[in-house]
Amino acid sequence: MSEPVAAYLHIPFCDRLCPYCDFAVVTGRGSDTDRYIDAVVSEILADRPAAPLRTVFIGGGTPSSIPASSIERLLGALSRQHGLADPEVTLESNPEHLAQDLVTSLASVGVNRLSMGAQSFDPVVLRALGRRHRPEDIDVGVAAARAAGMASVSLDLIFGHPAETDASWEATLERAIGLDVDHVSTYALTVERGTALSRSIAEGAPAPDDDVQADRYEVAVDRLGRAGFEHYEVSNHGRPGHRCDYNTEVWAGRPYLAYGLGAHGFRDGTRFRNVRAFDAYVTRVESGGSPRQGVDPIDPWEQEVDRFMIGLRIRDGVELGEAGPAFLDTDSGRRLVLRGILEVDGAMARVVDPLLTDAVAREVVGLSPPR
Amino acid sequence: MPTPTSRIRNFSIIAHIDHGKSTLADRLLERTGAVTEREMREQLLDSMDLERERGITIKAQAVRLTHRAADGQDYVLNLIDTPGHVDFSYEVSRSLAACEGAILLVDAAQGVQAQTLANAYLAIEAGLEIIPVLNKIDLPAADPDARAAEIVSILGGRPEDVLRVSAKTGAGIDELLERIVAEVPAPGGDPDAPLRALVFDSYFDAYRGVVCSIRVFDGVLCSGDVAHFMATAGTHEADEIGVLVPRPKQVSELGPGESGYLITGVKEIDRIRVGDTITHPRRRAETPLAGYAEPKPMVFSGLFPSDGDDFERLREALEKLRLNDASLVWEPETSRALGFGFRVGFLGLLHMEIVRERLEREYDLDLVATAPSVAYRVTTTAGEVREVRSPQDLPPVDERTSLQEPYVKAMVLVPSEFTGTIMELLQQRRGEMDGMHYLTEDRVELTYHVPLAEIVFDFFDTLKSRTRGFASFDYEPADYRESDLVKVDVLLAGDPVDAFSTITHRDKAYEYGRAMAQKLRELIPRQLFDIAIQAAIGSRIIARETVKAQRKDVTAKCYGGDITRKKKLLAKQKEGKKRMKMVGSVEVPQEAFVAALRVDDAS
Repeated sequence: MSEPVAAYLHIPFCDRLCPYCDFAVVTGRGSDTDRYIDAVVSEILADRPAAPLRTVFIGGGTPSSIPASSIERLLGALSRQHGLADPEVTLESNPEHLAQDLVTSLASVGVNRLSMGAQSFDPVVLRALGRRHRPEDIDVGVAAARAAGMASVSLDLIFGHPAETDASWEATLERAIGLDVDHVSTYALTVERGTALSRSIAEGAPAPDDDVQADRYEVAVDRLGRAGFEHYEVSNHGRPGHRCDYNTEVWAGRPYLAYGLGAHGFRDGTRFRNVRAFDAYVTRVESGGSPRQGVDPIDPWEQEVDRFMIGLRIRDGVELGEAGPAFLDTDSGRRLVLRGILEVDGAMARVVDPLLTDAVAREVVGLSPPR
Repeated sequence: MPTPTSRIRNFSIIAHIDHGKSTLADRLLERTGAVTEREMREQLLDSMDLERERGITIKAQAVRLTHRAADGQDYVLNLIDTPGHVDFSYEVSRSLAACEGAILLVDAAQGVQAQTLANAYLAIEAGLEIIPVLNKIDLPAADPDARAAEIVSILGGRPEDVLRVSAKTGAGIDELLERIVAEVPAPGGDPDAPLRALVFDSYFDAYRGVVCSIRVFDGVLCSGDVAHFMATAGTHEADEIGVLVPRPKQVSELGPGESGYLITGVKEIDRIRVGDTITHPRRRAETPLAGYAEPKPMVFSGLFPSDGDDFERLREALEKLRLNDASLVWEPETSRALGFGFRVGFLGLLHMEIVRERLEREYDLDLVATAPSVAYRVTTTAGEVREVRSPQDLPPVDERTSLQEPYVKAMVLVPSEFTGTIMELLQQRRGEMDGMHYLTEDRVELTYHVPLAEIVFDFFDTLKSRTRGFASFDYEPADYRESDLVKVDVLLAGDPVDAFSTITHRDKAYEYGRAMAQKLRELIPRQLFDIAIQAAIGSRIIARETVKAQRKDVTAKCYGGDITRKKKLLAKQKEGKKRMKMVGSVEVPQEAFVAALRVDDAS
């Protein structure tokens, strides 16, 4: 198995908790930033060296809530341990943080792809999503990123909140396109268990509607496509040359490193995840221990099935490899092809309607090896 | 030494549930010294609850009481229990056949109920002497004068002959015992004639095998005798005979007029038939006692285990239930929708409910029951007459010349203010009025001729709710009549779902079809394609609904950290799908079948 060329860094700090979010985040721990960065640096430096990294993704949490100097330290550690091969370095950010100073500093320490949690340009929707920024902050942030010379600017948008209307979603898309960003991720609002959103729905608040989300999804694909974006993954649209390298590695089933609390990685045929609790993570690393909470070796066949299953999300299609023919030989595989839900073209398979990706993936999961 | 018949009285108590039969029986046992007050804590005659007394459980079906009457003589009073419900009218009639008299026990507050009336008519037909008794006269709501008038209007006689008791306080019990001695005729019977003993009940005891309750009419049955069962032609040794006082007490012989139990070592209940006559093989009676009949199921329902793996458990449970209920009949049934199960025949609605409940509760089975159906009588074009118990078995229209359905005689007792309500309800159910009889100024008895199929659904609940619980209802089989019946099929994506097929009157077919289609539209999850739900009579579609294709089945995000979780989630969802039943190309959750079959509020 090849050595990873991708790394994920998790920055859990948030100013506050968004009601729909179930990521590994902490609030009110800003004063622990240095201690946390120390821990992540230690984790990186304790790792076995991999190949020089070609892509780094700094996600969260809200990485824009910590100083650029902290980011610099993390990238320095990666460079020291694995080497950096002129990598794409993505940093997730909140629009309200993106003052020119910060963005310029981030660019100067090596961040070259800025991903913004814009979510919506409709103040009503932003409020419903529990976001603090105003639509104008997004404009300011994009301008700052451009001024700082970011090679790629991406917006995350969330659609399908019951507070959103068709018109509001279309307007959001138009504003995003109008900002001339390089990449847009469009996410259907998902009700995750244990979130404030899920509790409020259980108490009677309206839930997102699948059919409405399907409509909005199709509108997004249409508008962004016409504006020159390539729809390259279920929820991702990029201008030519601006696809996210890091995610492309993950979706191709290739290995990736991961550091920080709650981070998941895949290396040497093993999926691993770090402890999610802040104190547990920091203490373990500080005491020289492993932050791993779970380590799952994946046998080669399952890796191949994972690759095929995840690859179904790619709009260009997934290479059939070994799993493809095995799947196409099952009843459910044949049925999906027969119904026109999965199409096979040469050595590639492709889900025709991306909205039905899981209907295919569900049949693939647990696929038996050919006899 | 058998008791002389002149000092034997055999009687039973006919009462509606909750009218105090058990309490009265307890009181009689206590007053005659059969049990002490301490033993009285439990109502002895209700020992059907096998759990209560593990070990040898002798069902107190015929309890022998000894009563010293006012004339100074000791009398043997055999109290013979009867099942309370007309579903078991065959068993009731067998129990009554073992008696010469019956106490008609009526709650002085509630008055006569339909079931009581039905059983009272059975007793009168059997030639029994009836002692009318009002119970619960100590209740504030009691209206003994009105209730006595009601009884007189049914039975004739004089209001002052209606005895008033309180089984609770014991008031009137001594008088009742005297009336039993004075009014119930002594049994006849010739001790020197060939043996004739009636099996009026039987049940299965885990330790002793089948225990028969018997009543000797002629001759003498001795312990150790070889007993010949005339209907089943079985011959079994009388391992033990005895009487219940109420504890089992072995005796060496039972003579004419006496009742007791008989244990033969037979282990299979269906080898002993209630209603059979026992005689001696070496000195056979020429004719059996009247009235042996095969139990006849009236209502049929498909029972399927929710979990297909439970099929064998269901079969075993049915077999165990039959140990105690020879009337239970079934045959295997295969449903494309529900898998393997059984079409089970029941004596009536209550019987069906009891069996289903026992299967679920005592045998821990989760069952799907198809809508109850009745036995239709079909004449095919070939001239063959066939009984059709399942819609699947109905020959197509062009292969039959006649289709008849069973009718029942339904009896409803209701306060007269609800007369209109009842007439409307019965009319909706295709009933024809046979008669209306005022028991008193404010209570009326309505009799109807009505298709059994119309009362097997939710009739009883509807009746109760529309009369605020005041109506009581009973029915007995009447005849078969030609009706304009059709088979309604329900199709999913063009494939018929056998579990939802029904035979119904043409006028009600549309309503059934539409209700079922609508229900299923709500219950069937959206799938990758539009699913047409259709109800059809033959090839004619009478209702149509569509489950729109699912448009969105995708997770918004799938990044590095999501992969393991996503796989688990998909695997779990896939597991859930496995539990769905495939109907053609449509996946239907088991719950949808259950829910669609459960509610039947088509009325």
